[in-house]
Amino acid sequence: MNVKNRLERGGTPPLSPATPERETSPIGARLRSKLEAYGFLSPAVLLVTLFFFIPVVIIFVLSLSDLKSSNFGMLQWWLPVNWSLENYAKIFGNKFFPKILGNTFFYVAVTLTLFNFSSALLIAVLTTHIDRRAGFFFRVLWLLPRLTPSVIYIMMWQRMASRAPHGILNQLLVPLGIGTGGDLIQAAPWFFVIIVNGMIGASFGMVIFTSAIEAIPRDFMMASKVDGASTWQTIRHVILPSIKWPILFVITYQTLSLLTSFEQIMLLTDGGPGLYKTEVWALTAYHRALSNYFGNNQWGYGSAWAVILVIIGVGAAAIYMRVFKFDELVQEPKIDLL
Amino acid sequence: MKVKLENLSKRWGKVVGADRIDLEITDGEFVAFLGPSGCGKTTTLLMVAGIYKPTEGSIRFDERVVNYVAPKDRNIGMVFQSYALYPHMTVFQNISYPLKLQKTSKEEMKQRAQKVADMMDIGHLMDRKPAQLSGGQQQRVALGRALVKEPKLLLFDEPLSNLDARLRLSMRGEIKRLQVELRVTSIYVTHDQVEAMTMADRVAVMKDGKLQAYSPPDELYDQPRTLFVASFVGNPPMNLIEVDVTRENGDYHARADGIDLIVPAERGEKAAGKGRVIMGIRPEDVTISEQEQEGVSGEIYVVEPLGRDDLIDVRVGETSIRVLADPALRLKMGENTALDFNTSKAQFFDPATEQSLLW
Ligand SMILES: Nc1ncnc2c1ncn2[C@@H]1O[C@H](COP(=O)(O)OP(=O)(O)O)[C@@H](O)[C@H]1O
Ligand SMILES: [Mg+2]
Repeated sequence: MNVKNRLERGGTPPLSPATPERETSPIGARLRSKLEAYGFLSPAVLLVTLFFFIPVVIIFVLSLSDLKSSNFGMLQWWLPVNWSLENYAKIFGNKFFPKILGNTFFYVAVTLTLFNFSSALLIAVLTTHIDRRAGFFFRVLWLLPRLTPSVIYIMMWQRMASRAPHGILNQLLVPLGIGTGGDLIQAAPWFFVIIVNGMIGASFGMVIFTSAIEAIPRDFMMASKVDGASTWQTIRHVILPSIKWPILFVITYQTLSLLTSFEQIMLLTDGGPGLYKTEVWALTAYHRALSNYFGNNQWGYGSAWAVILVIIGVGAAAIYMRVFKFDELVQEPKIDLL
Repeated sequence: MKVKLENLSKRWGKVVGADRIDLEITDGEFVAFLGPSGCGKTTTLLMVAGIYKPTEGSIRFDERVVNYVAPKDRNIGMVFQSYALYPHMTVFQNISYPLKLQKTSKEEMKQRAQKVADMMDIGHLMDRKPAQLSGGQQQRVALGRALVKEPKLLLFDEPLSNLDARLRLSMRGEIKRLQVELRVTSIYVTHDQVEAMTMADRVAVMKDGKLQAYSPPDELYDQPRTLFVASFVGNPPMNLIEVDVTRENGDYHARADGIDLIVPAERGEKAAGKGRVIMGIRPEDVTISEQEQEGVSGEIYVVEPLGRDDLIDVRVGETSIRVLADPALRLKMGENTALDFNTSKAQFFDPATEQSLLW
C-alpha cells in the first residue's frame, strides 16, 4: 500500500456519493406542520386583534363621525352617511395645532434622549461596573418611581416643588437667591414634566440594558482590556455594539410609550399652566374625548386626535426600523420548520 | 521580559483561587501552568494579565511591580479558550483592534495586520465575521490579535481545548514554533499534560491553588517531587504501590503482597526503614518477563490496545499494575504472566506528606 493510500485511510472518509434528495414530505405532513406553526401564533394574534386592531377600527370609524355626549343615542355613528373628514379638518384648522404638535415632539424627544435612553444606558453601564450588590441596590432605587402609584408620585413632586416655605426645593433655592420662592412647577413646567416622566421612564431601558450587558460573555471584556482598551473604550467598542438590538428596541418602544402616555402630565400640570403650555397630543385626545371642560365629551373629535397619534407612532416605528437596519438584526430561525 | 510572582494569592472570601505562588519566568521562556480543572491556573493568569487584583503578594515585570498597572498598560497579548473574538467586527477589525487602540496610523495598521494574518495563514479571510469561520480559523485570528501589537508577554488560557484532536496537534506545533521564533515570554495554561510537556520549557504544576512543582518537563517526569505530580504527569499514569523497603544482605528489597523487588542502593537507602512507603513506577518501566518463572507473577485482567502498544492491567495479589507491552506478544485476558520491574526508575513517596523521598 502506498503512502497516499495510507494517508487516505487515515483521513476523513470520503463523502458518500451525493444522491440528490428531493422534498418528499407528503402534502398532509406539510399542512400539519403549517397548522402547528399558526397554532402557536394564534394566541398572540387573537390578543392583538381583540385589543389593538378592533379598537383601532372602532376609533377610526368614530373619528369620522361627530359623536359626542350631547347627541349620544341619536347619532347613528356607524352608518357611512354620517361620516365625514370634518374632525380632521378641525384639528388641522385648530390654532393650537402647531403648539400641541411642537409640545409633543419636544416632550418625546427630550425625555427619550435625556432619560429613557441615555440615563437608562448610563445607569445600566455604571451599575454593571461596580460591586454586584451595590449595582442591584441602585437599580432597585431607580425602579421606585415606576412602582409608586402615579397619584402619590405626582403629589410628592408637587409638594417638593411647592412654594416657599413649604417646598423642600424652595428651601434650598431661596437661601441661595435662586427664584422667587413661588411654585416651581408653575415657574418651569417643562422641566418638571420631563424629569417626572424621565425618572419613571429610565427604569425600563435600565432593566433591558442591564440584562443585555450581563449576558455579554466576560471573555469579551477581558480580551478588550488586554487588547489595550480603557473602560470607556471597552464600553464603546465592545459593549454598545453587543447591545444594538436592545437599544433599538428600547428607543422604539419608549418613543411609542412616551407618545401615548399622558397621565403624569395630566396629574402634574393638566396641560398648563395657561393655555396649552404642556399639552401633548395624547392629552389633547383625552381632553377632547373624555374630559371636556364644558361637560360635552366629543368622542368623535377626540378619536380623530387619537387616530393621528396612531399614524405618527406607526410612522416613527417604520423609520426606526429603516435607520437601525432592523432586518439585519433579525436572525434566521435557529430550527428549521419542516 | 522577565516575570516574577512573589507569594501571590487570590481569595474571594473563603474561596481560594491561588495560594502563595512563587515563580520566576526568564526572558523568552515558555512556561506552562498545568493542573486539573479548578486548581487556580486561570486565576493566576488573570492576575498576571491585570484583570484580577492580587489579594496578597506581588507580580513583577522585569524589576517593576505591576500589581496596580491596568491591563492596557501591561503590553500583553492573550488568547482565550473561547477565542473571544468580537462578533460584530471582521477578522481585520479584530486583529487590528489593539493597534487601533494604540492610535496607529491606518496605513501601518493595515500593513501590520496583514503581516500577522499572513503569518497565521488567514490573510484571505480578512473580511469575514468570526461566525463565518471554523474553530481552527477563529483560533488563528485570536492568536493574530494577541501577536499584532508585538507584546512583551503572551498569555494562553487553554487555547486548544475547543479544537478537535487532529487540529490540536498541529496548532500545538505551530504555537510552539511561533514562540521559539518570536522569543516572547509566554505563559500557557492547560489541563492537558501532553500539551504542557511537549510545548513548555518549564512546567508549573498546580493543585488546589498551590504550586506543586516547577521544573523542565523531563525533570518533572523523571524526578517528581510530590505524589500528585507523579500521578498527574505521564500517560498512562504511574503505578503506585504500597511497599516496605528493607535492607537485607547488602541489598534493598521493596516488598508488598506477592511482590519482592531489588532496588538500587542509591534509591533504596532513602526509602528504607520508613515503614510503609509508596513506590511509583511508570508503565513503560514494567515489562512482561520473557521467562515465566522469573519476576513478579500475576494475572492479566484487561488488555487495551493503544495501537503502538497494548496497555495491560495485571493483577498481582490485590494490586493492579499497568504495563505497556508489545502487541506482538498477543497477550490475552485471564492468562498468567510475570513482570520485570526496572527499579532504577522507581520513585518513593512518604504516604503522609506525599513528598518524594528521593528528590
Ligand atoms: N470570580 C471568582 N469568584 C469566586 N471564585 C472564583 C472566581 N474565579 C475562580 N474562582 C474559584 O477559584 C478556583 C480556581 O479557579 P480557576 O482559576 O478558574 O481554575 P482553573 O483555571 O485551574 O480551572 C475555583 O475553585 C473557582 O471556583
Ligand atoms: Mg481555567
